[in-house]
Amino acid sequence: MQHDHVLSTKQFSRGEIEALLDRAAEIDADPGAVADRHAGTLLGLLFFEPSTRTKMSFEAAIKRLGGNVVDMGPVGASSVEKGETLADTVRVVEGYADALVLRHPSEGAARMASEFVSVPVVNAGDGAGQHPTQTLLDLYTIRERVGLTDITIGIMGDLKYGRTVHSLAEALTRFDVSQHFISPESLSLPANVRYDLHESGARVREHTDLEPVLPELDVLYVTRIQRERFPDENEYRAVAGEFGIGRKTLSVADDDLAIMHPLPRVDEVAPQIDSTSHAQYFEQAHNGVPVRMALLDTLLS
Amino acid sequence: MSQDDHQLRVSKIRDGTVIDHVTAGHALTVLAILGIDGSGEETVSVAMNVPSGETGHKDIVKVEGRELSQDEVDVLSLIAPAATINIVREYEVVEKSRVDRPTAVVGVLSCPNANCISAAREPIESRFSVLADGVRCAYCETILREDLADHIDVG
Repeated sequence: MQHDHVLSTKQFSRGEIEALLDRAAEIDADPGAVADRHAGTLLGLLFFEPSTRTKMSFEAAIKRLGGNVVDMGPVGASSVEKGETLADTVRVVEGYADALVLRHPSEGAARMASEFVSVPVVNAGDGAGQHPTQTLLDLYTIRERVGLTDITIGIMGDLKYGRTVHSLAEALTRFDVSQHFISPESLSLPANVRYDLHESGARVREHTDLEPVLPELDVLYVTRIQRERFPDENEYRAVAGEFGIGRKTLSVADDDLAIMHPLPRVDEVAPQIDSTSHAQYFEQAHNGVPVRMALLDTLLS
Repeated sequence: MSQDDHQLRVSKIRDGTVIDHVTAGHALTVLAILGIDGSGEETVSVAMNVPSGETGHKDIVKVEGRELSQDEVDVLSLIAPAATINIVREYEVVEKSRVDRPTAVVGVLSCPNANCISAAREPIESRFSVLADGVRCAYCETILREDLADHIDVG
């Protein structure tokens, strides 16, 4: 992998993605083999927005490679509160760490940070932009469950602001995958993502209703619809109900349908699904560690 | 409308650059993009909404004592794609060219996405790549297709 930074899934070729997923599978099978591989390496964690999974799995990943973290901690307790620019913060922290993992509420934050530092920057989510490491673990999960050849995937929920959706949709164009996007009209794909999908020649269709397309799907990737995207509570409840998954919804689905979700979920996937063979989301979250180990190992080697 | 009529409206210049066929109404934006605000020593003449056979109406900008480079003027192609650039020496046009679309535009447009890092208080200039039918923010990837002149930000 010839990249200094990990900013967007668009930077990866199919071959690079497959090599990373292969490496993640190797690590997953025998994590002990890499236990000291990055001893002494410090990963700088800069999370300007709350995170559980992404932050903890990066921390677990570097520690399982023998390294450690230096963590900026919550924004409220940092110099950001004093008005420091992100450009200054990352230039300071690069002196403390061998690579930086950045989550920030502004789109393009990781790209800008990468222009100011000489250590690798990993985008751990930039506003409504991209979330490339989530996509790598999503692809790993899809590959393990149904493969990445000749499959049909539905991506449903907040497609407009959902950064996991943007990164995943663009990465899937590298593979033999048909993509169906299901959302309320007000939360459909943003123009820039639609432009990239069109340019790539991907097989893509957009819908406002899940039911007609559900029987065709091998994978249904559900994302959370956020309350703050709607002017009032009633409208939110109506939409959230319509784009949620329960046992009844799945009556027309293929028996082997895999349901994925980047988590956290609120009401999108009913707890009754958890015990069915459709549920793939907890396994998906667990895959975050070996995939991030593979990514960090490649980036830091 | 003959060339001579134009000369009556705005007199010939001895040395400098004449930007002709600017989209009507955009002459002041052209000056803003070029960073010409009257504080320099150049003599600047502007004619706006001049009747023109080719485009109906056009603007003309004349900048005396300064020959604009191709890089400087290419950014004008975003708002004035039909503009022509005439370099004048001793009252004669010695070089005539059209504007070409540049591959990138730096520090000229502001990103329409208020949540873009380039819109935050950071020490960076805006940067856009130029697409066939618009421009795209290098930071947040927002695509801007229409009303580019409304997003020109040249302090």
